[in-house]
Amino acid sequence: MSNEDYLKDLSEIKNIMNKSSRFISLSGLSGILAGIYALIGATVAYYIVTNSSRGYLILDGQIFNICAGILIAVAVLSIVTGIILTTRKAKKNGEKIWDKSSKRLLFSFLTPLIAGGIYILIILWQGKYGQTGGLMLIFYGLALVSASKHSIGDIKYLGLTEIALGLVAALFPGYGFWLWVIGFGIMHIIYGSIMHFKYDVNQ
Amino acid sequence: MSIITNINKVFDHRIRLGIMSVLVVNENADFKTLKELLGATDGNLASHTKALEKAEYILVEKQFIGRKPNTTYTATKLGQSAFKKHINALEQLIKNT
Repeated sequence: MSNEDYLKDLSEIKNIMNKSSRFISLSGLSGILAGIYALIGATVAYYIVTNSSRGYLILDGQIFNICAGILIAVAVLSIVTGIILTTRKAKKNGEKIWDKSSKRLLFSFLTPLIAGGIYILIILWQGKYGQTGGLMLIFYGLALVSASKHSIGDIKYLGLTEIALGLVAALFPGYGFWLWVIGFGIMHIIYGSIMHFKYDVNQ
Repeated sequence: MSIITNINKVFDHRIRLGIMSVLVVNENADFKTLKELLGATDGNLASHTKALEKAEYILVEKQFIGRKPNTTYTATKLGQSAFKKHINALEQLIKNT
């Protein structure tokens, strides 16, 4: 065998390792859209809270329910967009949407996320809501880092960024809202654009 | 010692390299998955897995799911280290020329 053959062997080995263990059809565009939904939701919530009689958020009452509703709407919209765009991209790549690698990806992503979600609900129920923004960022970041082994490596850095922002939010709970806006809004748009131009546009 | 010493004759085929690549990054893989990933025919894949099994680089486990036979393959410790050595040797070869 010549050198070129060996080189071809090595690149094929790498290719097969990636293809067999990672689900790479994540759509960058869905990240951008999720960021935009988060920014719109945050703007509406900010407007409602600052125009309310108190001017800040407390745990009970109508305003809190509206904000929780906005949060759920943002989450649901982001998930639905993500599923639709990722399915489309997987089809284009000839990758199966529901195989061993996507199952593993989902499992490692959802484990920290669901644990965090339940934890946040529990402390909200206990009336401790000052840390909610930070906790959401931290658990979401952990979910991304844990999922990155089974998908595009880039989402690890988004995860680390979210964790850092979450820890800052824990130190300065007063800025929780703004750090949430940066983490879920702006960072999604930035990383989504990077992924979109790196993987989607050229192919 | 020549640099070709570590090039492993057992891996001297595209399909065999492919099988090992899949098995070092996954706990195990079944026949159908390997076939799809490597684009090999049944007979071709069967003969190469047999060769790797004979070298004790992979473990073959046959079982039935319902009435269908299902064969899963796992890389042995020996197979993993042999594969790693082989890849390092390939890299060395390319670097040194």
